[in-house]
Amino acid sequence: MTAFRTLSLAMLKGFVRDKVTLFFTFLFPLMFLVIFGLILRDVGADKTRIAVVGDGQVVSALRDSGVLELEQYDDVDAAVQKVKDGDLPAALIVRGQQLEVRFAQSDQVKSATVLGIVNGFVDKANVAATGQPPRFTFSAEKVEDASLKPIQFLTPGILSWGVAVSAVFGSALTLVSWRRKQVLRRIRLAPVSATSVLSSRLLVSTGVALVQGGIFVGIAMLPVFGLKLSGSWWLAIPLLLLGTISFFALGMLVGAFAKTEEAASAAANIVVLPMAFLSGTFFPVEQAPAWLQAVSKAFPLRHMNDGMLDVLVRGKGVEALAVPAAVLAGFALVVGFLASRVFKWEE
Amino acid sequence: MTEERPAVVVRDIRKSYGELKAVDGVSFTVAEGEFFGILGPNGAGKTTTLEIIEGLREPDSGEVRLLGESPWPRNVKLLPRIGVQLQASSFFEKLTAKEQLQTFGSLYGVSPGTAADMLELVGLADKANEQENKLSGGQRQRLSIACALVHDPDVVFLDEPTAALDPQARRNLWDVLRAIRERGKTIVYTTHYLDEAEILCDRVAIMDEGRILALDPPAVLVRGLDAPTHVMVQKGVLSVVDASALDGVEEAHENEVTLTISTRQPAPVLSALAERGALDGLQVRTATLEDVFLNLTGREYRA
Ligand SMILES: Nc1ncnc2c1ncn2[C@@H]1O[C@H](COP(=O)(O)OP(=O)(O)OP(=O)(O)O)[C@@H](O)[C@H]1O
Ligand SMILES: [Mg+2]
Repeated sequence: MTAFRTLSLAMLKGFVRDKVTLFFTFLFPLMFLVIFGLILRDVGADKTRIAVVGDGQVVSALRDSGVLELEQYDDVDAAVQKVKDGDLPAALIVRGQQLEVRFAQSDQVKSATVLGIVNGFVDKANVAATGQPPRFTFSAEKVEDASLKPIQFLTPGILSWGVAVSAVFGSALTLVSWRRKQVLRRIRLAPVSATSVLSSRLLVSTGVALVQGGIFVGIAMLPVFGLKLSGSWWLAIPLLLLGTISFFALGMLVGAFAKTEEAASAAANIVVLPMAFLSGTFFPVEQAPAWLQAVSKAFPLRHMNDGMLDVLVRGKGVEALAVPAAVLAGFALVVGFLASRVFKWEE
Repeated sequence: MTEERPAVVVRDIRKSYGELKAVDGVSFTVAEGEFFGILGPNGAGKTTTLEIIEGLREPDSGEVRLLGESPWPRNVKLLPRIGVQLQASSFFEKLTAKEQLQTFGSLYGVSPGTAADMLELVGLADKANEQENKLSGGQRQRLSIACALVHDPDVVFLDEPTAALDPQARRNLWDVLRAIRERGKTIVYTTHYLDEAEILCDRVAIMDEGRILALDPPAVLVRGLDAPTHVMVQKGVLSVVDASALDGVEEAHENEVTLTISTRQPAPVLSALAERGALDGLQVRTATLEDVFLNLTGREYRA
């Protein structure tokens, strides 16, 4: 037991004293979180702006609804010029009861949106003018949909990725450097099992993963980024631990084959980077083509991402963990078994 | 040297790497408490022999008994009783000298307090909080030895502990090795330095190309050689012809600075030189293990 404790402590010290590792564990993923978080901050909130000349019942209804942003002009020519220049998609010109929309042909989607919205408000005003109750009614209610605000999918994605990277690199580099520096042979000459040595390193990795989780989520929740956690966020903790174990095992496999630290680090990158891109770390996988989505299901990181997303922000319960947990545990077992088969004590 | 219970028994071990016979039929016994040296040039098979005894490698054939047990396959019962310093120093990353010792100690269930004693023993007490990669080569070597001793083993294996050290550091390390010996440990160590083996070891095995060429106490090896003593004086105090004419001189020659006289009867030669007042710059060199090596292999010894 004391061997396990002292070893864990030794490895923790080794980790904390290595500036490069600290950078790649904490600052590097955080940079992605901050940069993407700031760049994409306003994407969801972007409303269509149109030019408006004149005023009236329809215009004030439009303004109150807030569905479009209205830019007021006194002069029709100036408003139309804006559309011609491509600065605004459409101009609404009000002449008493007459409403006229001049729209840019280039952006058909936006123009259609504007036409539909204006048309809807005109119809509504017409119905109101008749004094009759409308025969058909229509009501709308907000639904928490799958397409989230950027920070909501960025945080779980970057967290999973950051944890995966540090677990893979941590175990692969430790293994290779110990083999090269003959620490493994020296340990072999001591009355301890390889398992207790490895599990002490794993303990450090899981501790690091929890700290990463705390820091990344904490920063994403700052008002500038505005992450909102769901009530079941704590379910992310078992997922985080399971993910760490899986990627630690992957690192052991990489470390068993690599001869030098450089080779290990290159190999770990080759394994982790494509997986990160295809697993929805930087953009939601739902936006990717169907075949790619299918491919991404083969990666454990994809499932970790999914699970994180479900419990951290979508507010799903324990049942959402079933598939990710099964995939990650299975992956850890298979890869861990392979790694133990190809494990080498010396070069 | 008690012969009752040998610490190490090696019987005809062999190990080949492909065509190369790294160890080619090596046998010897090391008594408990003995300081045993294995000496030989690069590639002689010293490390391979040590690692077979330690249980890090399996011999192709032959038998090893370490404290009465077989070290292969990994014998956990044996491990706490042996201490090993590998040829390449092996340390945990980014840990200080003291932390290295505590960590290695913990692998054996040794209390952390022992680390300080060990640092004292190898003269590194003032470097306790220095990270391993900031130590000098000699300091690292000493730390590595301390790590091998931290669990108070009965048999200590040191693979070239004095390699790549300056003369002063080497002498300091000799004191450390003697101190370990004083504690009653059995030491098996390898070296390239013949003079060092001569000073430190109870017995040395001279190894070359996977075989042991000779095995005896250094003094016995040298005496058995019956090699001439070299008497050296400053050039010019005596001519080569006069020197050769002295009683008991086998051969004399000179270079730019020194006249060298070879003899098997140094006493009369020295007094004859004294009579002639020709003792300026006198040096007397008796045969060394280097001569033994030359005699055994027909080659100059190159460390
Ligand atoms: N793992 C290995 N694979 C192949 N050949 C090896 C291996 N280990 C040692 N050898 C070879 O076996 C021979 C003996 O090596 P060994 O390391 O025992 O020599 P040594 O006497 O310790 O030399 P040195 O003084 O340089 O340390 C060398 O020729 C070496 O190249
Ligand atoms: Mg060697």
